[in-house]
Amino acid sequence: MDRLHQLFSTKKKDILNIYFTAGYPQLDATGKIILALEKAGVDLIEIGMPYSDPLADGPTIQESGQVALENGMTLPLLFEQIEQVRKESSVPLIMMGYFNQVMQYGEEAFLRKCKAVGVDGLILPDMPLDVYEKDYKALFEDIGMNIVFLITPQTSEERILKIDALSRGFIYMVSNSSITGAKTGISETQLAYFNRINQMQLNNPRLIGFGISNNETFRTACTYASGAIIGSAFIRALAKGNDLNETIASFVSMVKNETVLK
Amino acid sequence: MQYTVDQRGYYGEFGGAFIPEMLYPNVAELRNLYIDLIYDESFQKEFQALLKDYVGRPSPLFLAKRLSKHYNTNIFLKREDLNHTGAHKINNTIGQILVAKRLGKKRIIAETGAGQHGVATATVCALMGIECIVYMGAIDIERQAPNVSRMRMLGAKVVPANSGSKTLKDATNEAIRDWINNPEDTHYIIGSVVGPHPYPDMVARFQSVISEEMKWQLKEQTGSENPSMIIACVGGGSNAAGAFYHYMENKEVRLVAVEAAGMGIHSGESAATSVLGTKGIIHGSRTLLMQTEDGQIIEPYSLSAGLDYPGIGPLHAHLIDTGRAEAVSITDDEALKAAYFLSKQEGIIPALESAHAFAALDKIKYSSEDIIVINLSGRGDKDLATYIKHFENYG
Ligand SMILES: Cc1ncc(COP(=O)(O)O)c(C=O)c1O
Repeated sequence: MDRLHQLFSTKKKDILNIYFTAGYPQLDATGKIILALEKAGVDLIEIGMPYSDPLADGPTIQESGQVALENGMTLPLLFEQIEQVRKESSVPLIMMGYFNQVMQYGEEAFLRKCKAVGVDGLILPDMPLDVYEKDYKALFEDIGMNIVFLITPQTSEERILKIDALSRGFIYMVSNSSITGAKTGISETQLAYFNRINQMQLNNPRLIGFGISNNETFRTACTYASGAIIGSAFIRALAKGNDLNETIASFVSMVKNETVLK
Repeated sequence: MQYTVDQRGYYGEFGGAFIPEMLYPNVAELRNLYIDLIYDESFQKEFQALLKDYVGRPSPLFLAKRLSKHYNTNIFLKREDLNHTGAHKINNTIGQILVAKRLGKKRIIAETGAGQHGVATATVCALMGIECIVYMGAIDIERQAPNVSRMRMLGAKVVPANSGSKTLKDATNEAIRDWINNPEDTHYIIGSVVGPHPYPDMVARFQSVISEEMKWQLKEQTGSENPSMIIACVGGGSNAAGAFYHYMENKEVRLVAVEAAGMGIHSGESAATSVLGTKGIIHGSRTLLMQTEDGQIIEPYSLSAGLDYPGIGPLHAHLIDTGRAEAVSITDDEALKAAYFLSKQEGIIPALESAHAFAALDKIKYSSEDIIVINLSGRGDKDLATYIKHFENYG
């Protein structure tokens, strides 16, 4: 069983997934951030592959991506960094990026490299479901790479069932119709949507993302799904903090509402 | 060879809809409905009436005698510059605002480079009384100031895009983000034959009125529907798509797509996608685009805001890739020369974008018997500041 399935088979609740952009705030921060998040008790880490034109991301993530690219982040370098940190880390790692990045690397080469360095799954928000099914599903299965698809409040029931059938790992449940970082708090409409999806009894576990930023929103998300994903709020904390380890420890404890032991 | 879009939304290997799930319902709705909607009788009636009485179509096909004499051939100008709002862009916005109305949308968003598409969108929104938000790169807001004022006067809100190169690509990103954030009541009027399927096909169909008219106008004036070649500038490629549309299957007609080479194709300051581009994804479509080995989109450059885009529409990628269309690259310098030259030769000040098409006459081979149609996509009013600035060197 891979690290991702291992996690979901042993932990059903309160899974905390943190997103960060590789190469931000410094080029060599990748490994340090992963180790600090793991130490702080984060269950799953999503590594953003910085992209020039991140359509599905909000301004916070886009700006962090621009800084990362200016710092010199590239895919080959990121793979090296992940390979290095894997020697000390056993937390499940997901890579999130745009399909063009994978295409230019070469789809098969990319998947094999992910597998080789210890990446457990991928989120490629602009890879169409039908293209995946027709052209890449067999390859993902052959290589043993997990794939995570998104659903939103507007996704039809029929399509959710199809996404559930094609997902391997978990389903990324977009909390509201917006790009990352855009809104805060969780509304009645969103709760109705969470309930509706809950009642569908999907095969894959779900993590709720977009607009999760603190203990309150994390708690709410956790009552309706297996856990939640935090991105923009974490990037903002990194931007403000001085010492990486300290910033990360206090951010994670803030989300989980634990007191940090000094 | 099929040049129009196939069942799956592709032109050969180009096209498709590479969009995040958040956009899926809106794009799928359009995809399922657009053909039935736009060929519906009441739609066509309203569309044709507006093209005639509001836009002022048909646009004339004008034999440019002095230009023809200079180049020793026969040059016709398709006068899209005479349309209401001064460019071909309005053909598409009239079509899309009618689509938006029929889909019950209450809010319109658009991206713009030169501001022509923004003005054309603001115009149809005013005409229909619908809210309008236009995203425009901060650099373009500066260099196309008259169009920014026009949009505001027409009641549109102009929002600057401050990321990346602060030009058309980034304005498009911001518009897409807006659409993601407003999935229920908003229609995104894309201004060129770019974006996810069905946009490239829908926009090409609305612009195809250009070549539809060309056919009978040429027949009237030359005795034959077919020119020897059609020359059009390509930013995303909508005026070119419209000018080529009804001739794509007719191999006797040469199709010449003119791109902006900026300071020179290999200067690092260019937007010559067909030369510098490789296959990849931009704004939801698989096409040719300028990118690094790592798949990062390269910031383009052209003096002309409407051609300052690092990709081309998938239809053009297909036409060029299969050899059906020839691509020509024109520098800022060559385009400026052509603009001053046309002004003095024919009394027509072209848009800087369109000037690129005229400069191609110096780059391609033709004979004295040939009938050449140049799609004069827009007028130069918006570029007056640029023309005044360079007057010393070219005037
Ligand atoms: C006059 C004119 N021509 C051409 C273009 C380029 O667009 P397209 O390639 O879609 O025709 C623009 C875009 O702003 C324009 O204003």
